[in-house]
Amino acid sequence: MFITKLVEIFNEYKGEKGAVIPILQKVQDKLGYLSQEVISEIAKFSRMSETEVFGVASFYAQFRFTRCGDHVIRVCLGTACHVSGGERILDEVTRELGVSPGETTEDYKFSLERVACLGCCALAPVMVVDKTVYTKMKLPKVRGVLQTYGENK
Amino acid sequence: MSITTEEVKTITLTINGQRVSPKIGVTVLEAAQGAGIYIPTLCHHPSLPPYGGCRMCIVEIEGMRGFPTACTTPAEDKMVIKTDTSQLQELRRNILELILTEHPHTCLICDRKEQCKPYHICIQKVAVTTGCIMCPKNGRCELQKVVDYVGLKEVSLPYTYRELPILRDSPFFDRDYNLCILCGRCVRVCQEVRGAGAIAFTYRGSKALVGTAFDYTLQDAGCQFCGACVDTCPTGALVERSIKWEGKPEYIVTTTCPYCGVGCQLNLEVKKGRIISSVPALDGIPNRGQACVKGRFGITEFVHHPQRLTTPLIKQDGRFVEASWGEALNLVAEKLQRYKGEQFALISSAKITNEENYLAQKFTRAVMGTNNVDHCARLCHAPSIAALEQAFGSAAMTNPITEIGDTACAFVIGSNTTSGHPVIALEVKRAISKGARLIVANPREIKMCQWADVWLQHLPGSDVALLMGMMRVIMDEGLADLAFIEGHCENFDAFRESLKDFDLDFVEKVTSVHKANIEKAARLYATQKPATIIYAAGITQHVHGTDNVFAIANLAMLTGNIGKPSSGVNPLGGQNNLQGACDMGVLPNVYTGYQDFDNLDVQKKFEAAWGTKLSSVPGLTLPEMLDAVYKGDIKSIYLIGENPVLSEADASHVEEILKKLEFLVAQDIFLSESAQLAHVVLPAASFTEKDGTFTNTERRVQRIRKAIEPIGNSKPDWWIICEIAKRMGASGFDFGHPSEIMQEITRLDPHYSGITYQRLEKVGLQWPCPDEENPGTPVLHAGTFVRGKGRFTPLGYKLPAELPDKDYPLILTTGRSLYHYHTGTITRKVLGLNALEPEGVVEINPADARQLNIDDGDLVKVISRRGQVTTRAKVTNACLPAVVYMNFHFAESSANILTNPALDPVSKIPGFKVCAVRIEKE
Ligand code: SF4
Ligand code: SF4
Ligand code: SF4
Ligand code: FES
Ligand code: FES
Repeated sequence: MFITKLVEIFNEYKGEKGAVIPILQKVQDKLGYLSQEVISEIAKFSRMSETEVFGVASFYAQFRFTRCGDHVIRVCLGTACHVSGGERILDEVTRELGVSPGETTEDYKFSLERVACLGCCALAPVMVVDKTVYTKMKLPKVRGVLQTYGENK
Repeated sequence: MSITTEEVKTITLTINGQRVSPKIGVTVLEAAQGAGIYIPTLCHHPSLPPYGGCRMCIVEIEGMRGFPTACTTPAEDKMVIKTDTSQLQELRRNILELILTEHPHTCLICDRKEQCKPYHICIQKVAVTTGCIMCPKNGRCELQKVVDYVGLKEVSLPYTYRELPILRDSPFFDRDYNLCILCGRCVRVCQEVRGAGAIAFTYRGSKALVGTAFDYTLQDAGCQFCGACVDTCPTGALVERSIKWEGKPEYIVTTTCPYCGVGCQLNLEVKKGRIISSVPALDGIPNRGQACVKGRFGITEFVHHPQRLTTPLIKQDGRFVEASWGEALNLVAEKLQRYKGEQFALISSAKITNEENYLAQKFTRAVMGTNNVDHCARLCHAPSIAALEQAFGSAAMTNPITEIGDTACAFVIGSNTTSGHPVIALEVKRAISKGARLIVANPREIKMCQWADVWLQHLPGSDVALLMGMMRVIMDEGLADLAFIEGHCENFDAFRESLKDFDLDFVEKVTSVHKANIEKAARLYATQKPATIIYAAGITQHVHGTDNVFAIANLAMLTGNIGKPSSGVNPLGGQNNLQGACDMGVLPNVYTGYQDFDNLDVQKKFEAAWGTKLSSVPGLTLPEMLDAVYKGDIKSIYLIGENPVLSEADASHVEEILKKLEFLVAQDIFLSESAQLAHVVLPAASFTEKDGTFTNTERRVQRIRKAIEPIGNSKPDWWIICEIAKRMGASGFDFGHPSEIMQEITRLDPHYSGITYQRLEKVGLQWPCPDEENPGTPVLHAGTFVRGKGRFTPLGYKLPAELPDKDYPLILTTGRSLYHYHTGTITRKVLGLNALEPEGVVEINPADARQLNIDDGDLVKVISRRGQVTTRAKVTNACLPAVVYMNFHFAESSANILTNPALDPVSKIPGFKVCAVRIEKE
């Protein structure tokens, strides 16, 4: 139950004022993302409104509000990748998974994101799954890459 | 007298070569505004603390580097300031240009804007939100003003249209964040002043916006629909829907809100003979520019409601037939002649003015020859009158509303202040943000619990035990203010004796509150000074209501928290003119000004003033009147603005009673459930259609002002009463204007002696105000108690009249909602208010719900010994198991059908707050 995990974290911060950000971080570490229920509990604990807590959390890029997939796919659309066909790679992944960038597949296997430059422009176009970098991507390779993860889990 | 007239110190500085002398402590911006010098601002608002976010108000100050912002810089003696140099204007234009890259601006900077009309063809004009001329804020927008002032003619940076949908989830206002300039005023007012936090800045950078968590609807995000955000927004982003295309009002009339005892000052905006909006007056006392949803959005619709009574009605063969005023008044006068004396009773209302209430009791006493006059204060205030008169010598809030924000500790008991008296809750919020402590005692989890240091969730009906327990702790731990008690109070020893019965184990058992919490609350209240007690109907509406108030009075005296600023005992009156109706003597046992009717000198005084003999037979209280009708002793009732069918305990019985009357006259603005039973119905004008005064819960006598002509053929209540009296041959009812009635009141009531309409022009006066030089009395009992010594009252533990048992195992307690007022006759006519809370529910704890197999939203029957109602269940942890809760505003599921008519022996208030029920699934 997420409630018990939250209570553990809250206990660490009892009586402390202004600890919302560390709490948000700990909670996201434990639960993966900040759901509506979670924000509501944090708001109660920190005596803030849900909107106030959400306002703080959404200010920082590190916080997520939706459950993310087991594997996070990032397709680069930086200048170099863009020129060498990054857009088409992204389209292909989108078609394969049936989700748009920023979304997660229904079975929570994959989340898809677009990024601007991953710092390996020489090997463009680039796509990253979790921590593995796939360089010089070609359209036919996309399905293969996805399948390796699909079967694992 | 508590006001110390501080010497106002001033400083002198130079702005743009002009010498100005503002008060010490103001900002540069305020100094300039005070001297009529304009400095452009966008993020500043007088209701909010200085922010310094937009940098539009930059100025040059000699000896200071850079360009300080006028709104945050304190003005100092000898400063030399420039506000309009070309460099400043250039900088401002650059800032403004950035802001305008995200705000539609073609019209803003158009060089032909002076000539533009709404339907001019112009290639610049595209869709609605891209042009000022079609913006609902046109002419009142602060952005327009600022752009004009700094002379911006061109925006060279690219423009991004945010393409956001217009949000229409509030019943009262629209949110078009395409027009938002992110000034943050709405966010700050919602979080810092209102304590709601329904909206916040979300995300950042180019995605930054104002919004709710997860794009919840405003209601789900905890919005109170106070409209404060709308009133602070400088642009057309937030606009009241009903006036979206109305443009500017023709004129504005300041008046007093008719919805609760706070008495907020509102500006009625009038156009073409209609009230188009009501906006809190920025410098209004006591509300300082704030209001709540009822005052802000609940007025225009009820005033202009199609169901307003517009003509007198006479019942013939069971049906109402329209009549002329002459016919109706003659009939009433002729009939009432026959019921003079004890067969007659008048039920007046805490909603009509002082002048009208004065006339109502004068009519009853002088013309009808009986003391049978009462109003529904009985239903929430009588215990306060009974107990506080005995303990202190005066029954009213001891301290002003605007002082609450400066207290060190607020103890809120039996009041859901954020719903019942929202603007007083803002003062509590203000105190908390300045570091004050908050103790909440309430059987139900209310919004304020979120701010509280301690929340005492005691069982309904156990207030005396809880308070005595706290006092026991205070005594035992040596926290009592013995010097104060010695010097100012009496009967202390007897009281101390009675504390013996309240050892904490016993208190814990009967209240179900943990000992440690009672101790914590007691220590906080006794040590954080000044401490103030705020209470409402949750204390008074009990069969031991008077004892509850005695306990509160004891607690304040025990710690010396009375007679000092920001302390005291503060009963919050439910209805707008509850205080005034009592002051005017619409009570069976006192004349105007709480002068005892059985004191012969007083009787002589009033006989002389009214030129007639007066009855010395004691009058009946409202519940007693109804009994007398039932028994056939009272045959005729004149009902003014009151709806006892819904407001009285055991409502179905009341309906049956009223049907027994030989002659019932009802005077109201709508055909209420009670008026439907009347023989004659007289249409009354609303508070916007007449002059007069209301006295708010802090004893402040305030003006209401006529803004429009009476709707249809309705007439002010004072006029109607006078006409009936005159037709009955009475003298002393020849009044041409309410101010003349006030003159008569001031001659008879020593508290009001110094009050004239002229003196109330700017701000209301707090009684006692004994003469025309007297500035009024903000703090009662300062130095010495009104009755001389404060009197302690020994108390014992008593059980509620009705305890849960096998057949009725649950305790039902009732309360009020933010969105409705009293029996809902008025508020339920306002679509938006009704949409926010369309029906009553019964709140039930999950534990009980599980046992009864009830799901959230199920239809259930709530059954007491007196009747049953059907309503929906709301499963929530707000109350303890075995305690259920209902609001009392809804006719079709009236909680008062269930409640217990057993009366408090002293004040005769019914025990609304506690009764035993059972719940069955439909
Ligand atoms: S209406 Fe009041 S509570 Fe609602 S968002 Fe606006 S300021 Fe906040
Ligand atoms: S909605 Fe209005 S008040 Fe709120 S940030 Fe935008 S412009 Fe300012
Ligand atoms: S707080 Fe009371 S007086 Fe003020 S606006 Fe609301 S209902 Fe009216
Ligand atoms: S542009 Fe894709 S890695 Fe730099
Ligand atoms: S008004 Fe002063 S910084 Fe915005």
